[in-house]
Amino acid sequence: MKEPKKLTTPLTDDDVIALKIGDTVLLSGVIYSARDAAHRRLVELIKADKPLPFELQGQVIYYMGPSPAPPGRPIGAAGPTTSYRMDPYAPTLIAHGLKGMIGKGARNDAVKEAMQKHRAVYFAAIGGAGALMSKSILSAEVIAYPELGPEAIRRLEVKDMPLVVANDVHGGDLYVEGVKQYSRI
Amino acid sequence: MREISAETITETVKKLCISANTELGEDVVKALEKAVEMERSTAGKDILKRLLENAKIAREEKIPICQDTGYAVVFVEIGQNVRVVGGSLKDAITEGVRRGYSEGYLRKSICHCFSRENTGDNTPVVIHYDIVPGDRFKITVAPKGGGSENMSRVTMLTPAVGVEGIKEFVVQRVKESGPNPCPPTIVGVGIGGTFEQAALLAKKSLLRPVGDPNPDPEIAGIEKDLLDRINRLGIGPQGLGGYVTSLAVHIEMMPCHIASLPVAVNIQCHAARHKEAEL
Repeated sequence: MKEPKKLTTPLTDDDVIALKIGDTVLLSGVIYSARDAAHRRLVELIKADKPLPFELQGQVIYYMGPSPAPPGRPIGAAGPTTSYRMDPYAPTLIAHGLKGMIGKGARNDAVKEAMQKHRAVYFAAIGGAGALMSKSILSAEVIAYPELGPEAIRRLEVKDMPLVVANDVHGGDLYVEGVKQYSRI
Repeated sequence: MREISAETITETVKKLCISANTELGEDVVKALEKAVEMERSTAGKDILKRLLENAKIAREEKIPICQDTGYAVVFVEIGQNVRVVGGSLKDAITEGVRRGYSEGYLRKSICHCFSRENTGDNTPVVIHYDIVPGDRFKITVAPKGGGSENMSRVTMLTPAVGVEGIKEFVVQRVKESGPNPCPPTIVGVGIGGTFEQAALLAKKSLLRPVGDPNPDPEIAGIEKDLLDRINRLGIGPQGLGGYVTSLAVHIEMMPCHIASLPVAVNIQCHAARHKEAEL
């Protein structure tokens, strides 16, 4: 495998264009966690032309709802949730400046088209490795919707979060290419 | 009549919730180690090794294996000569889940179906009661994550499709699930009974140690064949391509109606969490 690329948020168009499927990335900086219920609210705000709880431009959203932080830790287990559930909302967020998404599992055509059109990238994290993933999170702070509990939006400071590029701006899809390579039917 | 206090049951359930979510079973660890040897994809091998590392961190630092600490599913085998004193059995189990998810820093993942408002304490609990002869009391806590549960299905096949039809349904289900249930998975299959019984059989098959075959050689042969066909799909660890899509296929079967052939597929991610206790 190639050496991992180090990236820091916020991401620029140039950062995103340089990424290709299969690239391993170590991501640092500030990212935001949001999943099902928070996505519904973010898109409702955009449709109503109201301000969002954080600026989307150049940002990265992690599809994740952590377990509670035990004493002495910034966060509990913090692995990705399945991304397809955010597909109905993602194109709107991408059109409003979102540059990266972190999750697990394949995306639909509408999301992939929005990624190509507006230059955004989709990273896969290791699903089911919540304990390991929590090691790259330095701090976590709820910035919106505390009543949603695990689904609240959190501002996360991350250091060298291990990711792989699953969909790039060039139309590549690692979920399709990877399976093609190893299929024996 | 043997008496067991509701408080004892509550404390037992609490401990089982916490240990199930933080200590990955040795059977799964062994299956993952074997999978590392079998996997040909470098990226896939790396993912499997990281899942082993994750299990080690979770066990040593007492944090959940996965942030999705699941819907609490509880199986109870209660002897007909056992009496629960000091409260109802259902309340005792529910309180145990409440305490376990609070004191163990486990995620509360249960919400109202329409408003999506979180119930706040990971209750209610799905409880399956089985009344058995004698005075034994066995309780199993099996937290089930949403990602793999979402990929599960029940169907009523036409009897004419036979064993091959069952196999096609199972393989197709795994194929369509692709990366979503966090492969490598364990595929639980329930065949027979009725609509709801097939689903319960599939779920119960997941309590078997990973890779232990069904005692019936004919069914064990189908499990083996299905695992081979699934691992030829190329889905691989996390669905990024590879040879190891599933660690095992477990089938449980019972007779069905002359008109029916119910089949359920309950997909389980590698975090095959279940811990049991006898009181």
